[in-house]
Amino acid sequence: MRTRMNDEDLIARLTERAKPVRRLAPPWQGALLWLGLAAALMAAAVAISGFRQDLEMRLGLMHEQVNIACALATGILAAFAAFNVARPDGDTRWLYAPLLPALGWVAGMSLGCVRDIWLGGFAGLGLGTSFGCTRFILGFGIPMTLSMLWMVRHGALMRPVEVSAMAGLAAAAIASVGLTLLHHLDAAAMVLIWHGSSVLLVTWVARAWGRQALQAMGPKLEQVG
Amino acid sequence: MLVLPMTGFGMAAETTPHSATENARDARDALWSGLMAASQDGDKRAYDRLLREILPQIRAVCRARLRQPADVDDAVQDTLLSLHALRHTYDPTRPFRPWLNAIAERRAIDRLRKHGRTTGRESNIDDLPDGAGATQAVGTSRLEAEELRRAVAQLPESQRQALLLAKLQERPLKEASEISGMSVGALKIATHRAVAALRAKLGGNR
Repeated sequence: MRTRMNDEDLIARLTERAKPVRRLAPPWQGALLWLGLAAALMAAAVAISGFRQDLEMRLGLMHEQVNIACALATGILAAFAAFNVARPDGDTRWLYAPLLPALGWVAGMSLGCVRDIWLGGFAGLGLGTSFGCTRFILGFGIPMTLSMLWMVRHGALMRPVEVSAMAGLAAAAIASVGLTLLHHLDAAAMVLIWHGSSVLLVTWVARAWGRQALQAMGPKLEQVG
Repeated sequence: MLVLPMTGFGMAAETTPHSATENARDARDALWSGLMAASQDGDKRAYDRLLREILPQIRAVCRARLRQPADVDDAVQDTLLSLHALRHTYDPTRPFRPWLNAIAERRAIDRLRKHGRTTGRESNIDDLPDGAGATQAVGTSRLEAEELRRAVAQLPESQRQALLLAKLQERPLKEASEISGMSVGALKIATHRAVAALRAKLGGNR
């Protein structure tokens, strides 16, 4: 517990410790840097395991286009949201930005399910398990989340929960896009279930434990005083 | 070296009809913004002046959220510490007050939450009746009573009856003798032995 000194003494102590600081880069720069790192990581994953063989054909399908475009937009907007709301005067309306593409992704995948049922009945949904998707999205998503939290660690003093949730969503959505490029998962229902639940899982984990992670990385008030 | 930003105040004054208060507020914001920019470059005098000048503003924000003066004082100092830790996040091209107010509000809300968590578990000791905190004494006396009850139950029937009549009910020996059917002498001896047995069991100093 911190014992309170008087304001005068505290100001004197803070002034004494006021070394020059390097101003934080604008949020868009931080977000672009992180997105670049995430893209490089996904490129490395693709380089190791190779693109899925039918990628060209898959990219011609409407629901696959919606899947990739919306997941990418969700990831990009969530990254911008995290870097913005981590700053004290950041606009919290950014938190709503990833919602639209996320809803678009769910709607697109749901339409894909309807199309699959139309063409092949309920068997056309191709339901099954794909724990590999969860492993991939968690395996890449969690470290990518931590890397973003490290970059926005000053946000620990402002909005740790919101920043962490956005970091988790951004990382998982980008990992989901990467996975789509290299993994055979054709049925929209399977993508909806396995990618969707994995992205939600990473976001939930980030939201639940991000505060602790940020506080471990971020500035400590007791040390400042 | 203190550099005041040239944007904001001058341009706004030309384009929109500002009241005198708003103009003063804009001028103050521009001044604080300049002081913070200088502080970021390591100007300690600018930083000292800034912290002293913004103290009433921080206090006003905290007071709007918190009722207890002690909480306000804590939140003000939390804000100063956070501001110090976050001073690199201020962008001098943006207004200063929204940045400052956001930090002060966050620290006041944190203090409010902390207060909410502890309220309900804590009571003001001055509001409690005398002896309300004497839980240990109550607990101890309960244990002792239980010990005594058990010791009395272990006495022989004649001693227990003698103790009940002569000591607890404080009856005259003659009456106690009639009720129990024991002679006065036997009653005296039984009472004496009962007390001696209890003292031996529970410790002679009680």
